[in-house]
Amino acid sequence: MIPAAFEYHRPGDLSSALALLQEHGDDARVIAGGHSLIPMMKLRMAEVPHLIDLQAIDALRGITIEGPRVTLGAMVTQHEVIASDALMAVAPILGEAALQIADPQVRYMGTIGGNLANGDPGNDMPGLMQCLDASFHLEGPEGARSVMAREFYESAYMTARADDEILTAISFTAPRGGYAYEKQKRKIGDYATAAAAVMLTREGSTCAAASIAMTNLSDVPVWSAAAGAVLVGTDVGKDAVKAAVAAALADIDPTEDNRGPVAFKRHVAATIIARAITRAWGRA
Amino acid sequence: MNDLTPDRDDRVAKLKGLGCSRKRVEDARFTQGKGNYVDDIKMPDMLHGDFVRSPYAHARVVSIDASAALALDGVVAVLTAKDLEPLGLHWMPTLAGDKQMVLADGKVLFQGQEVAYVVARNRYVAADAVELVEVEYEELEVLVDPFKALQSDVTLREDIAGETSGAHGERRHPNHIFLWEEGDKAATEQVIDSADVVAEEMIYYHRTHPCPLETCGCVASMDKVNGKLTLYGTFQAPHVVRTVASLLSGIEEHNIRVVSPDIGGGFGNKVGVYPGYVCSIVASIVTGKPVKWVEDRMDNLMATAFARDYWMKGRISATKDGKITALEAKVTADHGAFDACADPTKFPAGFFHICTGSYDIPVAYVGVDGVYTNKAPGGVAYRCSFRVTEAAYFIERMIEVLAIELGMDAAELRRINFIREDQFPYQSALGWEYDSGDYHTAWDKALAAVGYDGLRAEQAEQLAAFKRGETRKLMGIGLSFFTEIVGAGPVKNCDILGMGMFDSCEIRIHPTGSAIARLGTISQGQGHATTFAQILASEIGIPADSITIEEGDTDTAPYGLGTYGSRSTPVAGAATALAGRKIRAKAQMIAAYLLEVHDNDVEFDVDRFVVKGAPERFKTMAEIAYAAYHQAIPGVEPGLEAVSYYDPPNMTYPFGAYICVMDVDVDTGEAHIRQVYALDDCGTRINPMVIEGQVHGGLTEAYAIAMAQEMAYDDMGNCKTATLMDFFLPTTWETPHYTTDHTETPSPHHPIGAKGVGESPNVGGVPAFSNAVHDALRPFGLRQLHMPHDHWRIWKAANDLGLHD
Amino acid sequence: MSKKIQIALTVNGEAHDILAEPRELLIYVLRERLNITGPHVGCETSHCGACTVTLNGKSVKSCTMFATQADGAEITTIEGLGSPDSLHALQEAFREHHGLQCGFCTPGMITRAVRLLEENPNPTEEDVRFGMAGNLCRCTGYQNIVKSVLAAASDINTAKEAAQ
Repeated sequence: MIPAAFEYHRPGDLSSALALLQEHGDDARVIAGGHSLIPMMKLRMAEVPHLIDLQAIDALRGITIEGPRVTLGAMVTQHEVIASDALMAVAPILGEAALQIADPQVRYMGTIGGNLANGDPGNDMPGLMQCLDASFHLEGPEGARSVMAREFYESAYMTARADDEILTAISFTAPRGGYAYEKQKRKIGDYATAAAAVMLTREGSTCAAASIAMTNLSDVPVWSAAAGAVLVGTDVGKDAVKAAVAAALADIDPTEDNRGPVAFKRHVAATIIARAITRAWGRA
Repeated sequence: MNDLTPDRDDRVAKLKGLGCSRKRVEDARFTQGKGNYVDDIKMPDMLHGDFVRSPYAHARVVSIDASAALALDGVVAVLTAKDLEPLGLHWMPTLAGDKQMVLADGKVLFQGQEVAYVVARNRYVAADAVELVEVEYEELEVLVDPFKALQSDVTLREDIAGETSGAHGERRHPNHIFLWEEGDKAATEQVIDSADVVAEEMIYYHRTHPCPLETCGCVASMDKVNGKLTLYGTFQAPHVVRTVASLLSGIEEHNIRVVSPDIGGGFGNKVGVYPGYVCSIVASIVTGKPVKWVEDRMDNLMATAFARDYWMKGRISATKDGKITALEAKVTADHGAFDACADPTKFPAGFFHICTGSYDIPVAYVGVDGVYTNKAPGGVAYRCSFRVTEAAYFIERMIEVLAIELGMDAAELRRINFIREDQFPYQSALGWEYDSGDYHTAWDKALAAVGYDGLRAEQAEQLAAFKRGETRKLMGIGLSFFTEIVGAGPVKNCDILGMGMFDSCEIRIHPTGSAIARLGTISQGQGHATTFAQILASEIGIPADSITIEEGDTDTAPYGLGTYGSRSTPVAGAATALAGRKIRAKAQMIAAYLLEVHDNDVEFDVDRFVVKGAPERFKTMAEIAYAAYHQAIPGVEPGLEAVSYYDPPNMTYPFGAYICVMDVDVDTGEAHIRQVYALDDCGTRINPMVIEGQVHGGLTEAYAIAMAQEMAYDDMGNCKTATLMDFFLPTTWETPHYTTDHTETPSPHHPIGAKGVGESPNVGGVPAFSNAVHDALRPFGLRQLHMPHDHWRIWKAANDLGLHD
Repeated sequence: MSKKIQIALTVNGEAHDILAEPRELLIYVLRERLNITGPHVGCETSHCGACTVTLNGKSVKSCTMFATQADGAEITTIEGLGSPDSLHALQEAFREHHGLQCGFCTPGMITRAVRLLEENPNPTEEDVRFGMAGNLCRCTGYQNIVKSVLAAASDINTAKEAAQ
């Protein structure tokens, strides 16, 4: 598996990277960790005459925690997420999810930004960021703008990011309460058969707030407002969980693949969501 | 003799011979990155080959235009069937008596089939050129279902369309390859039709692939000055490759040297001859330069030999109290586009007729129909002796189904039907002579080790809890008792392309008392350099550490049929022992001369010959070796060498008892393995550490095959599992933990009593895992669930049984 | 083909300046330009880990990285871990505990295990199984690989204590 030839660029700052994107238009793509793009190039399913490597741009790195606000540079790797004690203290759900992505080697290279910007419905971080209600910071020739994670995904591999924009950072408010990232997969290295991110806050014995998002159950990540709403005000008992699951299932549209047929995926999704809710509630 | 004479136990230990867990001599180079695999070979001016492959499973090749590819700087040649035809090399014979296209000759018959071969300066240019070859196809109707293929008007193999018989007899349909039968059909039918109890089931052993971590490849180097061809490659049978290369190319065999360097796993994938080898040889002959071809993972999965794909319709009958009276198997075997099974010539269904298993079944019949479809050719023994894993899976499923029919515990049903120890050597109804066994002892030991009765009680409790709604997990206990047939084989009935399946060993003892032994086999990770030296150490009294074992170079090694089907220890291991005994016989004469006694007055003792009754008078093997080269001994030729070619009188029949305990989650379809217990009886144990390693590895392949691994195709013949994302190879995280155990029943006909072990864990493991899944869902009425038991198929079974209502 | 570019790599302590096409994968540059053939190509889609090397302190799959991405990096392969006279504890442990058979996955496996133990010197069996899950082996069933890594951890810790 040998990719077609290309020109390699390693800009040292964001403006150079944006200039290169402008210059080469459709012929250019940025590369972060490369573990989605390079296999596609090797299979010649992606042709990239100009490859723009973002690794030398320091502005895309770093984890910043200011009060409740967390900002991750787009080039922060899954490994760095897991290894950051400060981040794990304020948003442990990120580590729980990141540990379920691929394998150790891939997590050293794979970045949060790449995982989010690629638009692959199998990626875990998009659903998680929707659960967290994160915002994505983009920079392009027109300047900087932000898009909410819940608004970012249009269809498989299609996002709100314009071709001449770069995802630079992700920010979100550190979640309170209980959390769980539950994922079923065939083996380490596989995408999810179904995965769910759940965050719940508790007041006394009732649920005060709930956020539920799902991975690989539609051509985009799915944040189910209805599922969360069903749980609020309940004791998150058996019936409430059942109602939330039903609401979540109404929002997904899985497709058949080697992992199984649609009915199976819907059933697994129901099981995974229920487990995630129960586990998150146990931590709330 | 004096205080320095080590005592006998120390001398034995120093040899590191039979039975000790000697550390492997291979490991030094592998742990330091100094292995030498085929892709490590680099030669001056070496060119690279790569294939244009068919995107279609069945299509006519209308035209091939290589002009753009040839115009690319660095492209040396683009070969098509038209170029190979004048050489008679556009087709090649298969090991199964069929022929196979080397490059597409007018049509393609499976996705990934080789259409054109590009030769270029380096792998980058070759890959670019592949993209530039324009092939026009006309799509044809695709047949992926062997049952439909036998009904279809579409003829896949137009080259033999009019031939009503093939290498294995009559063909009753253009897509039919053979019907192979064994046993007494009429008697079997009669017993079954009038039996008290009959169980009938269709059991599918799905298509999978050996998928060694190293793919197949070669470097062909034609030296036009000396007229010599050297072929390095991933060959499990290098000597056979040399003979085939000579027959195909017309180059005299002495001018061909085939070398198997280190091989990164084989598992049957590297037995056959592939188009890549033929094209590389031709390209090297044409260009006069070395040509390397190493397939990528997709090529490997899509085009090189698959395994299994047997639809096995079974009937088994018994008396009311569970004594089995007859067994019938009618198999439809999907062979893909060409019959390229790697089986001994006379056995187109391999040794499938070992399918009476470990049981005393008075009458049986087997009929196997081979069928062409639009899938990749192959049918290799993926970590098993020819079709033995299919046979073991078949009988171990049939036993379970019969147990359901009888309402009897499956462990007990096995026990009352085992061949008894006093029945060995045992003649099976399908014509085999089982050499030795003690099944009852092994079974009792296994059941006791896992606490079988306790497990059944726990299972019943968990089932009750499930029914009360307290858990969604069901416990399954998977039982498996298998008998293998390995060590092919007696030359009188086993050959590959006409060459008898003997094997060989040649030993040279050096003057200073160390040695080199060369064998006709080739290790792919089994550790031959370690274990064969142990056999020899015990036979000739020279420490294993002082013996080099060499294999794989046809210029130096004696002819042998190679390593597959667990045949190395049963055949080449026997040759090693017997060559060692020839050395010992000559050493005895030399010792007697040196000790000035009659030949019969000395006897071998560990590492020396001693005068009978006077153990203080002796000559060590080192002293004898020295004398063999330094002293004129009347009536004895100088030197100390021997060679042995071993034609085994029979196969060997390793056996074992495997038990797997798992929990099946009916909602997610996941199976959590709690415990895997594996008792193996491989006869005499040469190196327990290596045996245990083989068992771990084979169990892991069995786990993968049973639980998720498959070669899947859609209706258009598109391969759905061509990368390691979808083709299941478990990581260390999914892989269960294993407990190994053993009994030891030597083979009576093998010189050291060894039977072979490498493939037992695959053969016995698959039914253990599969039966556990079945056992978990059995209380709800499950009889038969086809493998692989991946999440969605288990979920679907549970769904069909109403467990989600 | 695109024009070749200059790439600087320090491999096993030795500096190399290489002229290569940007599309040349790190694994092939190591294997074919530098003759460092310990790391192998197994799957080409970043699943098997046979090509694992350590790059700036990270375990990476060198089949899924262009050499030019590694420009300026420090790389350690199996060849850089020990010498015939003084093997790395993991090299010793894999032999001692039969942690390999055909040897094809072994360089990547050991290279990964070195990094794992640097990050977690006292792993549990579960830690090892999770931390080694990016490397496939077809021969051993992993049980003895896990045993080898755990034994090496213990050996390394014992040696450290003795040195103190």
